[in-house]
Amino acid sequence: MLFAYILRRMVWAVPLLFAVSLIAFALISAPPGDYITSFAATLSQSGDIVDQARLDALRERYGLDQPFIVQYFQWITGVVQGDFGISFEWQQPVGQLIWERMALSVTLALSTLVFTWAVALPIGIYSAVRKYSIGDYIFTTIGFIGLATPNFLFALVLMYVAVAYFGADVSGLFSQQYQDAPWSFAKLVDLAKHIWIPVVILGTSATASLVRVMRANLLDELHRPYVTTARAKGLSEWRLILKYPVRIAINPFVSTIGWAFPQLISGAVITAFVLSLPTAGPLMLQALLAQDMYLAGAFILLLCCLSVVGMLVSDILLAVIDPRIRFR
Amino acid sequence: MTAEIDPRASSQSPEDFASQWRLIWFAFRRHRLAMTGVVIVLLFYFVGAFAEILAPYDPNSASSKDIYHPPQMVHFIDYDDDNGWSFGPYVVAMNAERDPFTLQTTYTESPDEKIYLDFFAKGQPYELWGIIPMERHFLTTEDPNQRFFLIGADRLGRDMLSRTIYGTRISMSIGLIGVSMSLLLGLILGGISGYWGGRVDMLIQRVVELVISLPTIPIWLGLSAALPQDWSPITRYFAITIILSLVAWTELARVVRGRFLALRTEDFVTAARLDGCRPRRVIFRHIMPSLVSHIIASVSLAVPVMIIAETSLSFLGLGLTPPTISWGVLLKEAQNVRTMSQAPWLFAPGAAVCIAVLALNFLGDGLRDAADPYAQDNN
Amino acid sequence: MSTTDMNTKANTTVLEIKNLSTEFVSKRGPFRAVDDVSLELHAGKTLCVVGESGSGKSVMSRSILQIVDPPGRVCGGEVLLHRHRTARGMGEEETIDLLKLNPKSSAIRNLRGRDIAMIFQEPMSSLSPVHRIGDQVGEAIRLHERVSKKEARERTLELLRKVEIPRPEKAIDQFPFEFSGGMRQRAMIAMALACNPTVLIADEPTTALDVTIQAEILDLIRSIQKESDMAVLFITHDMGVVAEIADEIAVMRFGKVVETGDVYEIFENPKHPYTQRLLNSVRELDRPSERRLAMREKRPVGEPCLVSDGVRKVFGASKSWFKKEVSGGLVAVNDAYLELRTGENLGIVGESGSGKTTLGRCLQRVHDVTSGHILYTNASGQELDLAPMSEGELAQPWRDIRTVFQDPFSSLNPRMTIGQIISEPLIVEGKLSGSQIRERVYELLELVGLPASAFMRYPHAFSGGQRQRVSIARAIAPNPRIIIADEATSALDVSLRTQILDLLLDLQERLDLSFILISHDIAVIRYFCDRIAVMYRGRIVETGDTEEVCTTPKHEYTQSLLSAVPVADPRVRGQKQRVRYHEAT
Repeated sequence: MLFAYILRRMVWAVPLLFAVSLIAFALISAPPGDYITSFAATLSQSGDIVDQARLDALRERYGLDQPFIVQYFQWITGVVQGDFGISFEWQQPVGQLIWERMALSVTLALSTLVFTWAVALPIGIYSAVRKYSIGDYIFTTIGFIGLATPNFLFALVLMYVAVAYFGADVSGLFSQQYQDAPWSFAKLVDLAKHIWIPVVILGTSATASLVRVMRANLLDELHRPYVTTARAKGLSEWRLILKYPVRIAINPFVSTIGWAFPQLISGAVITAFVLSLPTAGPLMLQALLAQDMYLAGAFILLLCCLSVVGMLVSDILLAVIDPRIRFR
Repeated sequence: MTAEIDPRASSQSPEDFASQWRLIWFAFRRHRLAMTGVVIVLLFYFVGAFAEILAPYDPNSASSKDIYHPPQMVHFIDYDDDNGWSFGPYVVAMNAERDPFTLQTTYTESPDEKIYLDFFAKGQPYELWGIIPMERHFLTTEDPNQRFFLIGADRLGRDMLSRTIYGTRISMSIGLIGVSMSLLLGLILGGISGYWGGRVDMLIQRVVELVISLPTIPIWLGLSAALPQDWSPITRYFAITIILSLVAWTELARVVRGRFLALRTEDFVTAARLDGCRPRRVIFRHIMPSLVSHIIASVSLAVPVMIIAETSLSFLGLGLTPPTISWGVLLKEAQNVRTMSQAPWLFAPGAAVCIAVLALNFLGDGLRDAADPYAQDNN
Repeated sequence: MSTTDMNTKANTTVLEIKNLSTEFVSKRGPFRAVDDVSLELHAGKTLCVVGESGSGKSVMSRSILQIVDPPGRVCGGEVLLHRHRTARGMGEEETIDLLKLNPKSSAIRNLRGRDIAMIFQEPMSSLSPVHRIGDQVGEAIRLHERVSKKEARERTLELLRKVEIPRPEKAIDQFPFEFSGGMRQRAMIAMALACNPTVLIADEPTTALDVTIQAEILDLIRSIQKESDMAVLFITHDMGVVAEIADEIAVMRFGKVVETGDVYEIFENPKHPYTQRLLNSVRELDRPSERRLAMREKRPVGEPCLVSDGVRKVFGASKSWFKKEVSGGLVAVNDAYLELRTGENLGIVGESGSGKTTLGRCLQRVHDVTSGHILYTNASGQELDLAPMSEGELAQPWRDIRTVFQDPFSSLNPRMTIGQIISEPLIVEGKLSGSQIRERVYELLELVGLPASAFMRYPHAFSGGQRQRVSIARAIAPNPRIIIADEATSALDVSLRTQILDLLLDLQERLDLSFILISHDIAVIRYFCDRIAVMYRGRIVETGDTEEVCTTPKHEYTQSLLSAVPVADPRVRGQKQRVRYHEAT
């Protein structure tokens, strides 16, 4: 049953991924003009003579003179084989530029997800069980503020405080000496030392909303008849709450991974920009502004794919923990 | 009718005659935070609406001698030399000194120099809403040649207060307009999906699923990067609004569809059909009234999301761009640590964002809780 | 089995409730849901607490173990468990006042589920949907006794066998939603019996079940009680069930016990006027309404006006792209032939899932019909087939054929005033002017016995019975000829049922109506209907004159159904031969 469900869900992910890739490509080819146009503009600005024939040759070389669907087809066949094309700006294959940054992005998103869960779950349970207690009010207030502050603002304030009062620089993911160093255990430790700041910044608003989700779900479940049944059986209060209502309230909570994960990935773009993290976001932004279409396209596509995978994982998890979904 | 009435239950109440909106109002009123939220939100929209009057200066009037002018305190009671006092708001003037080595400008107060302020005094002329020519400002200097900075000035010596007030107009309205657009999309698609069901529903659901699975910010960035640079500020404003609503409609569509599906099978809707109502009457007379309150609640929760989105986009330089002024555009000025430590007041628009979003969230929460006054009614 | 003259002195009181009071604190002040209730439970005996909705009987049963949900709170009295008189007692005197124990203390938790166990009304929501049956049933064993996991599983299997759940080895690892309602309730009972409790509190355990299942569950409880000498506190609103299983009765009303006594005594000689009224309305229901019989004398039944000819309704026939339901979906109604004659009341009876509601909705063409004809003869004698009509064409027939819904809460739009609700069909019809419509609504309100002041009020101001009157007023507004009432009285208390049925008869006399009454309740049909159609699994298995079918049923299913209906007379208890019917598959 479960296997069939997972299979069905995975099969559905295929057209979704296709649609996503189409959207990604449409996005990067949408701007009027192309990289060559902006390249030409830069050339003429610096006083160089713009040779139309040379531009056309460039266009042809990059396939930019082809109709959209042909370009897309060429691009996507490349992508499937692991070839994302060439970055105009860096004059390098896109593949060389993105993977380390993508890996860091994923690490960041996953760490944040873990952080979010670890914090939101207990607080959510506490707030629901001790509804209207002082603790509940405190958490609710913090949650509201967390929700109301845009990530980048939070990052800015944190940076400001660190610089103004502690003289510390909290940007980046590595210390100076590890920045360009090859991967080593020491570098990993260094990453762990730095990553918590973006994790907290990114995770706060997601945590706040997850606490609210958990609290509301659990409040719904706490007065269900099956809780009374369990109580009549003689279970102790905490044990029964953890075994029954929490177990059921966690279902919608798990499904929130579906949206929390894409949200984290996209939120990370801006935060990473502010904190100048060596993740996907800042480079993508740069590529978008420079119309470096294959680089930008690769990032958009991969980030979208990550979101789709996140949804898939959350759906499967949900089916694992909730038998009703499997049997539907 | 003939049965005895339970002596323990209280009999008749004015609620018997209360319509849905009265009942919602009763429930909403009890929500203290939400009431605070309403007041603050209204205040923000008021500020946005009358930005020209409330701002002391034109937001774009630069002043080279006031670069990074720090905030000044308003004093309301003016003491004379001979200890008499009078009511007369003033600020203490500040003089700039440039350090010859670091080239840093520092401002120091000169206590003897007072700049007097006046309510509704004449100042820089402007046109209210672009049509009514006026020159009185809510609070400005008595002497039109002097300047004061309640929350400081930016790198061109422009008054941050005026800029934040003008930013309020753009940022708050973009939230509202963006949500209206996504509401339109969500209402139409969600309604179609929910009322007709079947394959149309299936198709729309798949589209919703697709849009939800897209990471919003990269898509927003991609779309905004695709906007031609040479568009006029107003075109760009609408384009950005559309971009924001393109992604945000799904949540509303889901709410609408879910409610529609639930309501469609309610007996009272079947009863309306049997009363001979045509689909249009069923929808608008019988289903809509039950939906509206829920929609309003979701909308009020979507507005802050829009505001944050606009702010973030503009902050990255991909949303609105100068000369348009929004909170995000203003915050772009505070992008690096050095300017921040030199002029922390550039964060002021950030505080505005937080307060507005917080208030809107309180309001939305209260509305959502009050949206269904009949929920506890059964049993 | 039912000999009263057994020595009652031998009764051992195991649980004593003295002056129990429970309050609900709300903004309007405290509300006393249970008010000074005193009861005694004896080993091996069943005490039935009867009362209508809101009488506080359910809260009372929860107060015993202190599991009332907040804001409810036990505020006075004693609940004494005489443990030394039970099998668990150690010999010496051991009386525990349950109300003195902290509701969260381990002392009271040790008694819950072990000495005193409970079963509840809704077997679906009372079981956790995401835990396996075995886990939930066996939990009490592992909680109260030191046993290994394996041993607990063995005991659970044994329990499932005891409550006659088929194939317990498989059932133990299934989830509640894979069970039918009756099986779920059996699992609940197994759970309650896990530690051989001395007292079993059953809170409306059969209300959500069909009569045939109810009879089986009652049998099960009875046989287990006999075996283990349990004291049972049985909460119910159904006098038939009371007559079937009670040894003693306590009648509750508005939080107070108005009368207690031996079951035979109370049924024969009720003292309190409320008990008398309750019994009267039950007894009234179980025979044909004299009013109706008199009416038929005066005005005999006419020609068929609504005929269902071979109607078939299939749900979910394969039409979606992804789901592989090639099998053809669920056949809800199969070849139904039925005719309603003018001036007659036709009853459709059946258990849940029998397709009776679907048939009713098909007859009115709320649902599309998969095949077959619905022939309606209108006032001018013209015969129309409703089956192929579009919604637009149905507008006219829908004014002639109206509906009264089951749920008085969901059938009225909470956002419209009573006046707006009743006038809606008139407005849509567009024949009358605004003031004429208002006049007509006042007239209708009077017809159904509601005050004119109801016009401006919203549904939330009315009780279930009153709402049902509004629903009836809406139905008769456009001068219909036929009314289809789907379980129109099921959501109401017994005393209100006859009132509503009498109102319908009254309207029949005045307005010349024909009724189709759909119900699971044979008593209601017997009172109200001239003819009856019995449905089972989508088929009409028997039709005929109501009295004839009720006294000499021909089809085996009808026989089993009738034999399962509890009779509100303790003297006939156990005399009826129960017939079980299982369709050959």
